[in-house]
This record gives sequence, C-alpha cells and structure tokens, in this order.
Amino acid sequence: MVVRIKFAKYSVVKFIGHLDVMRYFQKANRRAKLDVAYSAGFNPHQIMSFAAPLGVGLTSDAEYVDIELNSITSKEEAMAALNEHMNEGFYINGLEILKEREENVKKETAMSQMAAADYMVSLKDGYELVDMETFKKKFMEFYEQEKIVVLKRTKKSEREMDIKKFIYDVWFEERGYGVEHADTYESGIKVYMQLATGSVINIKPDLVMEAFCKFLGKEYQEFAFQYHRMECYGNIADNKMSQEEMIAAVERGEDIKRELVPLLKMGIQG
Amino acid sequence: MRKLALSDEILLTIDKPARYIGNEVNMVVKDKNKVDIRFCMCFPDVYEVGMSHLGIQILYDMFNQREDTYCERVYSPWMDLDPIMREKNIPLFALETQDPIKDFDFLGITLQYEMCYTNILQVLDLSGIPIFAKDRTEEDPIVIGGGPCTYNPEPIADFFDCFYIGEGETVYDQVLDAYKANKAAGGSRQDYLEKIAQIEGIYVPSLYDVTYKEDGTIESMVPNHPNAPATVKKQMVKDVSNTFYPRKPLVPYIKAIQDRVVLEIQRGCIRGCRFCQAGMLYRPTRQRDLDFLKDLAIEMINSTGHEEISLSSLSSSDYDHLQELVYFLIDEFKKNGVNISLPSLRIDAFALDVMSKVQDIKKSSLTFAPEAGSQRLRDVINKGLTEEVILKGAMDAFQSGWNKVKLYFMLGLPTETEEDIEGIALLSNEIAKEYYTIPKEERNGKCQITASTSFFVPKPFTPFQWARMVTSDEFRQKQRFLNNKMKEQLNYKSIRYHWHDADTTILEGLFARGDRRLAKSIYDAYKRGCVYDAWSEYFKNDVWMQVFEENGIDIDFYTTRERYEDEIFPWDFIDIGVTKKFLLREYQKAKNETITKNCKQGCSGCGAAAFEAGICIR
Repeated sequence: MVVRIKFAKYSVVKFIGHLDVMRYFQKANRRAKLDVAYSAGFNPHQIMSFAAPLGVGLTSDAEYVDIELNSITSKEEAMAALNEHMNEGFYINGLEILKEREENVKKETAMSQMAAADYMVSLKDGYELVDMETFKKKFMEFYEQEKIVVLKRTKKSEREMDIKKFIYDVWFEERGYGVEHADTYESGIKVYMQLATGSVINIKPDLVMEAFCKFLGKEYQEFAFQYHRMECYGNIADNKMSQEEMIAAVERGEDIKRELVPLLKMGIQG
Repeated sequence: MRKLALSDEILLTIDKPARYIGNEVNMVVKDKNKVDIRFCMCFPDVYEVGMSHLGIQILYDMFNQREDTYCERVYSPWMDLDPIMREKNIPLFALETQDPIKDFDFLGITLQYEMCYTNILQVLDLSGIPIFAKDRTEEDPIVIGGGPCTYNPEPIADFFDCFYIGEGETVYDQVLDAYKANKAAGGSRQDYLEKIAQIEGIYVPSLYDVTYKEDGTIESMVPNHPNAPATVKKQMVKDVSNTFYPRKPLVPYIKAIQDRVVLEIQRGCIRGCRFCQAGMLYRPTRQRDLDFLKDLAIEMINSTGHEEISLSSLSSSDYDHLQELVYFLIDEFKKNGVNISLPSLRIDAFALDVMSKVQDIKKSSLTFAPEAGSQRLRDVINKGLTEEVILKGAMDAFQSGWNKVKLYFMLGLPTETEEDIEGIALLSNEIAKEYYTIPKEERNGKCQITASTSFFVPKPFTPFQWARMVTSDEFRQKQRFLNNKMKEQLNYKSIRYHWHDADTTILEGLFARGDRRLAKSIYDAYKRGCVYDAWSEYFKNDVWMQVFEENGIDIDFYTTRERYEDEIFPWDFIDIGVTKKFLLREYQKAKNETITKNCKQGCSGCGAAAFEAGICIR
C-alpha cells in the first residue's frame, strides 16, 4: 500500500537540500517504526517519491511524499509516530492511504499529478522595495499585462517565455490555510500567487518576482524575498492533456480546463 | 525558532549550509542559563569529517549527562565561509546555541591527526581567542586538547592551556568539578590550571620547562611548579562494558563520512605491529561484553534510524564473540533493511560466510593489509600475516565469487630494501595468478587487484620511535621503482597501483616527533594562509618549507635522524604503561627480524599490565 504524507518544512531546515530531506525521511520512517517496504537486492532502499522538490531557502506548509508500506495500524497512529520523531522544522500535517492502483492503469505518482502550487512571497527584513499601497497597485498592474515575458533559464539554455497564462491567480489577503509555519517580516509586504507547477511547466515564484522587479524598474535582489509554499494541487478536470499538450494549447491561445484539488485529496481511500 | 549565527544571505551563498545550523536529530537542547559549565567540543576539520568521529559523540553524551554542564559542538568552517567570517567579523559559534565560542568556559579540541594543526589555529583565531595560551585572559575559555596526537603534544603545546592524555571517560568529572570549585572560590585561570595539574592524566604545558643540549636534543623537561607531576599517566577505562556510550548518537542532515551506527567492540589490539601507534597506546586490549553490545546496537539503530551499522576496533577478528555478535546483528537487522559493515576483518571461512550474507559479492572487494611486500620485512614490523595465508584467503574468496582484492602496503619501513619493495609487485601478481588458475568458465570476468602504498611515518610510543624516516626524494624514488616493477608483472593489466603524496607525509613525520620549537613555524604558516593541510587542494608545501627555513628549523633533525638509544624524547614525560625499555627491545628484535608473540599467545612484558585490565588480567 502507498501512503501520501503532507508535511511542513520551515525554520532552520529550510537550508536542507532535497536529497538530504529524502535521507532524513528514510531515517525518520525507521525511527517511527513504520512498516516500510524495501526494494529487493543487497542495498535495499525504501520506495518513496516526492511530489516537487523544494529549493534550498524556501519554506513550506505543503510538501508531499508517497511512501510504500507493507502494513499500517492506522493513519492517526502512523502520523503520531512520525511526528514524535521529527525535529524542529519538520511537521507531518496529513497522511492518507492511496487507492490501490487498478490493473492496466498507469501508475500515478505525486510528482506526475502535480499541476499547481500556491505560494506566499514576503519581503524580508533589511530590504526595501516600495510602500505597501504602491506594491499592491503595481503588482496588479504587472499581473494584468497581456503578456509577461521572462527569460527562463534551464541547465542547457535560456529562452524567452510568456508566463502570463501560467500565473493562475494573485491575491493579497490570507485565505486561511498554508501559512502556519511561514516566517513573518516587519514590512508586511507580501503577495500570494498560484502558479503552474509540474515536470514540464514549472513556474517558480522567484521567476515571477524577478519579472515584477523588472516591471517596477528595480533591481531584483536574490535574497530579498522569502518564498513559502502553501499548497500543492493536482488537476482533476477531464481534459486528458499531457503537460506538453497543455503548453501547445496555451500557445494557441486556448484556455485550459482546470479543477484543482490538493494532493492530499487525490486518489485516496475514502 | 532558533536564531542562527549566520544570515540567510550567507547561508544561501555557501556550500552545504547544513554544516552550520545544528538542529540535528538527537542534538541536546538545554537552557544555557541554567548550567554552570559551558563546554564546546571541537573537531578541527570540516563538519562531515568531524561528525563521523565516535570519540566526540561519547564525550558529548557524557558531558551532557551532567546537569550542570551543557556541551555543544563546533567544526572548522569550510574555505568558502572562512573569508566571509573574517570580512564581516562574525565570531565562530557553537552549533547548538549558535553562541560565540568565546562565551564558553571550555573549548575542547580533539587532535586526531597532525595535519589538522593549522585548523586549530583557525578555530581559535575565528573565535577571537588569543592563539598562544600565554596571551589569554580571564575572559577566554580554557582550551583543552585530547585525542591521539596528545601523546606528543609538544609541537602545539604553546596553543593549549592543558591537555587530557588518554581516554576521556575517566577524569573529566574531576576536571569540571574543579572548574566549578575554582570559579566559586573566585580563583583565576592560573589557579585553575595549577589545580588540575594534580589530576592524573592532565598536562599543563606552561608548568614545565624544557632545556636542550647543544646538538638540539632535549637535555631535560622538568616541572616548574610543585603541583605538576614529572610524569603524566595516560587515562584508561578499565571496564569498557560499564561505561559511557552514546545511546542516541547525533544524526546529521548531510551525509557524513560515517553515515551509520558505529559500534566499538573493543579497545586496543593484541597484535603488536611495530609501526602501529594505536596498538601500543591503547594497551591493554579490552573487550566489551557481548550483551552490552547487543543492547547498544538495537538502541542506536532505533534512535538514529540509520540503515547501516559498522563494527569498530583495531582488529575485529580478535574479538572473542565476533561470530555470535555478527550473526545476531544479521538476524536482528537484515530483515529491516539494515546493512552490516565489517572493516578490519581477517579473511577466513567465517569472514567469507558473513560477507556473502551482507554484501554484494560482485561489487565488494576483499581487503588485506600485508603492509610489507616480503616475509622478511613483515617479520621486521611484526605483522603476523604470511603470503600463504593471503593467497589462501584470496583463493577461497575467488572460488566463492569475489574478483576484487585491495592490498595495503607501506613504503619506507626501517631496513627496507629494493627486494622488499619488489615483493609488493610480486605478491600482487601472485594473487592475480591464483585467480587465473580457476577455469575460465567458472570465473567472474577479470580480477582486479588494487595495491595502495602509503609512506611510513615513525610515531612516538612505537618501537620505531628511534628510527630514521626516509626523505621525500627517497619516497618518490621508491614509489617510481615499485611502479616500474608493477609494469613488469605478467598480470599487470589486472593490477592497479595507487600511492599517497610524499610532501604531507614529511610534515606529518615532523610534527609526530617534533618538540616545542615547532610552534612558531605552525603559527607563521597559518598566518600565511596554511589551513586544511590534510586536504591536498589546500596544502601549501612551499609555504611550509619557507617558514621552516626562516625559523631555522632543520626538518631532517626531526625526520631522517636515527635517534640515540638513550635520547630524551619530547613525549617521554607521558607514561602509557608500555615501557621505553620494552619498545627499545622491540626495535632491536625488529632489526634482527625476530617476531614477538601477540598478547593472546603469551605476555611479552610490555608494561601495560600495570593498568590491571583487559587481556593482562585474564
């Protein structure tokens, strides 16, 4: 069976990279005595997959990992056992058992389901930008442009890309979720955004902020903003499109059907 | 939330920020305002190396069991952070509270190898603690050294207020109690040091004067204070089954060198190899109880979640209950995906059975440490391993499916001839030859013999402490000679040859048997940018050579000079149990190519029996 775990990563462990978070969970699962399934062979390893690696320096209330277990006593007990063995900066805030995969159906992982994520972006202490009112006004102007063209850098190349269609939403008031473990800063300047996230279209919040600073005519300072992931979603709308097809459709100017559901509610046992 | 000493901007700019944030699993958290003593334990190398050290974990656990003490940790900042801390005037800090080291009562530095000496200076300097002990004030922590290099602390004596000589489990309570008492009585730093000089095993270098003869050797080393004893007795745990052991070891976020549970099964070694310092220092051999080890293993696996457990000792095969312990660990852990690693295992039927159960034969290799290429030279060093045993072990393993063999040798051993060196190539070839006697269809492809040589460094408290060390030119010549001989072998294509750097070896040899007159050079080298000398990318041999020349240090005096039999050594003030008389006898036997029995075969009267422990009282 596979369980899906939702956890928060905050405080000083924001400096721990993704590979080390994986190692951390392998050891935590053992300390919590979960009945984890191991791969065969001389160097057995736990079978787990993370939804979307969080960059070093970012905090989150909604990281997801799927872990294969042989058995489980109960969701509540497993969660409590894990939390007993977490140290500061890690907290398990949800655990669900996924539905057994039907025959001839392609395996869906948390990573393959990833379609969007919500972020809170705050201006850190010691940095100046503009006052709160100007910030909100300018940000909306920025967001309401017809096109938002950015230079997207990958390991291999740099290319221009219009990310407007992939910024699904922007807002300024807290909507009551996903900020439990976020740090707060003096200026109070912050913006929330929902961005397309996944293996093909992956819009990172710093890319948006870089474009916004350019729009403002200010220099983008690498460490000026704290990014906090609030939720990760899958898309259950019936459009049967791969991410590649989605990009193509967007480029043709079509709208994509979207019905976003938090990953903790996707494909779980009732 | 814990406030970090380094800003986000710095942490996100440097490599592996996890080195500096603490917060690891099993980190001890205490209220610093509710303790009397703040002790910062330092391993003067990078975090991943320091976190792998068992000794610190033992002491960290032991100190923190005291309610009045909070023990924290610090490691050397890596070379990307070092310049940032200097530029921004950020004082070096402890991982737990992130407080400056200067605020602590003690800075304890473990000295595991000579090449870390400049890193000690880096730690002191970045902490804002005067580098020379004589310049420290009441505001500075007491800087105390421990670990194997304290068996000749003289080259770095000027940088330390005191040294703890021997195993840490015995008198640290007295050291800390005395600190509290001194503080309560309003005593000064000097009062304290004079007080603890009376504790067995504590060496306060400033309370001793050294005079030298005209030829540069030591004339005398005498206490200049009534509290300082003429000889300092090494500390040793008599009962290793009834003592401290960390049941909840720290688990780092980033991968440390030892990313596993370390189970120390015994201390000391019965073998008496004449080049080996640890073999003499940790006599008598003491084994831990089987039940104690079983309990520890289970508890540590549970508390860490590690996926591997490694047995640690100088020679695991000599542990009496090894089979029972290993089969217990396999039964207990294998089903839970825990690997078992067994270094320093003699290859025999048991070893092969265990290895086939815990390793992938196709990927793993067999390890032999013949140390010398010929039987003659193996007799000189008292390494009781014969060519016959090696070939039989290798053949048994080949027949069980292994095809990789690692061999460890030393170059530059006393009395070594070209024949002995050639023996390394011949032995490597013989092992390959054995492999190819197996019919082709039964073989597992080609075999791969990897021979490595390091250069021999004579160490204090070994029979070779009198011996001449070879020069770096000689080292290189020997290594080239061997490389050519390797190429002449019939099975050359199945043999790989690796060697170590000669320059760092010379420095290691210099510090190993050096004296107080070297401190100034270490200081000067540090001031000119030498740090992380153990890391080849940072080792600056030319700078070292320059400072030695400027300070009038004749390297050959310390390294390539054969010592007089009755010479007073800088480390003679330490009593390790094993007597100088025994060591000299062993040196003479070495020259006569005569072997000495190991402690199980019979007592050779080394002197360690004075401790009335372990194998000496069985």
